[in-house]
Amino acid sequence: MDRLLDAIAAIGRGTLGAARMCGRITLFALDGVSQIVRPPFYPRMVGRALAEIGYFSLPVVALTAIFTGMVLALQSATGLARFSAESQIASLVVLSVTRELGPVLAGLMVAGRAGAAMAAELGTMRVTDQIDALTTLSTNPMKYLVAPRLLAGAIALPLLVVVADILGVLGGYIIATLKLGFNGHVHLNNTLDFLETQDVVSGLVKAAVFGFLVALMGCYNGYNSKGGAQGVGSATTAAVVSASILILAFDYVLTEIFFIR
Amino acid sequence: MSAPANGTVPKLRIRGLKKAFGPKQVLDGIDLDIPAGTSLVVIGGSGSGKSVLIKCVLGLIEPDEGTIELDGKNLLAMDRKGRERAVATMGMLFQNGALFDSLPVWQNVAFGLLARGRIRRAEARQRADAVLAQVGLAPSVGDLWPSELSGGMQKRVGLARAIAASPDLLFFDEPTTGLDPIMGAVIDGLIVDVVRRLGSTAIAITHDMASASRIADSVAMLHKGQIIWQGGPEALMSSGNPIVDQFTHGRREGPITMELRR
Repeated sequence: MDRLLDAIAAIGRGTLGAARMCGRITLFALDGVSQIVRPPFYPRMVGRALAEIGYFSLPVVALTAIFTGMVLALQSATGLARFSAESQIASLVVLSVTRELGPVLAGLMVAGRAGAAMAAELGTMRVTDQIDALTTLSTNPMKYLVAPRLLAGAIALPLLVVVADILGVLGGYIIATLKLGFNGHVHLNNTLDFLETQDVVSGLVKAAVFGFLVALMGCYNGYNSKGGAQGVGSATTAAVVSASILILAFDYVLTEIFFIR
Repeated sequence: MSAPANGTVPKLRIRGLKKAFGPKQVLDGIDLDIPAGTSLVVIGGSGSGKSVLIKCVLGLIEPDEGTIELDGKNLLAMDRKGRERAVATMGMLFQNGALFDSLPVWQNVAFGLLARGRIRRAEARQRADAVLAQVGLAPSVGDLWPSELSGGMQKRVGLARAIAASPDLLFFDEPTTGLDPIMGAVIDGLIVDVVRRLGSTAIAITHDMASASRIADSVAMLHKGQIIWQGGPEALMSSGNPIVDQFTHGRREGPITMELRR
């Protein structure tokens, strides 16, 4: 009986802890968003965050997208051959890339690269008193450090996903034409015929949400890191893991909203 | 507003300040008066709550109880804007410098001026060079990055940043920690100079007795969350208080060691 009560108590403590953390993250996000729209503004910090999240993540996102498109074309060729539906390769690749793989893979890549960097930078600033120093210099750290990153995350990831969509489709095109022997013109026509505006828009909206989540988890974990190097390391790991899980969870929610009627 | 017996309002008055972190009572009823234009040095062992005390005044930590009056106005009763205005009159030299490593030295020094929108960038650069000169650094140092500076230079830049906006109230957290004795004396000299030149009130925390003697107009010892002794720097090494004497002379045997052994 005691063991059962202990187990129930442990579950209760865990649930309360998770609820507290959700509450803290939500309040942090609300504070960060409210700082985006209230002056003073820090365009230099937004530009710097855009470069960090967007420009410097471009190579890794581009490589991921092009190889994903290539693999998708190869896999769908072998799979669709069983139903004599190889002509559907173009539509399968473009829908998969624009709706799902573009935003999700770009989000995961950016979480691993830029999200980790944000958590490490803010964590180091926290443990070396730089965040306290900002406050003593009449600067709100949420406004100066967090708000520009949240805004940049929501802007940069859709731009990256546009590139990822194009390169993913290009990867499929390369395999379809050069390896599988499809006519390039027909493949391109099939790609465009099956693509609807909503496919691209939904992917870009997902990307904006994922970009915000990556920045939020990077900032939240870094901003609240404790201790020395170990604390910063833990914050960095937590930022990547939590952002990755949230991307997948929100992907389901957004897919439900966009496509399930 | 509360005034002392002689009728003058101290620059900073702290009453009954308490702060606990979980079960640990770090500050346990601090009372302090710091008259305008004077320098108070707070000494005490590691973990005695010295840094927590000044972080409470700066609004970086919210105390559990007590009042902190700046020029007779309770900081803890102010709204956010009022508190921000009050903090804007303060400057802080952090223990490790806390320089922003993503900005060059001159932008570190001028950060507060730019943040408050007082001046343009070109003027800020000129002002930064002038303040760097006040702490004995050449204008060319302004183009370096914090990672390129030695410990002593980082302290000087941190000091320059703290005084750039000519604050009324200055805080120094372990200003000589990690420096050799000569550089420590140089930093102490700079602190005394700038405090005198600005006419500011200063609070320094340290466990370097030589530094305390050089900087202080008065010294307070913080032990177990309370001020257990306060006096002039000339009385520091012969206070008559066994805890203070043990601490200032660095003796292994005494009430502090006995408490640790228990």
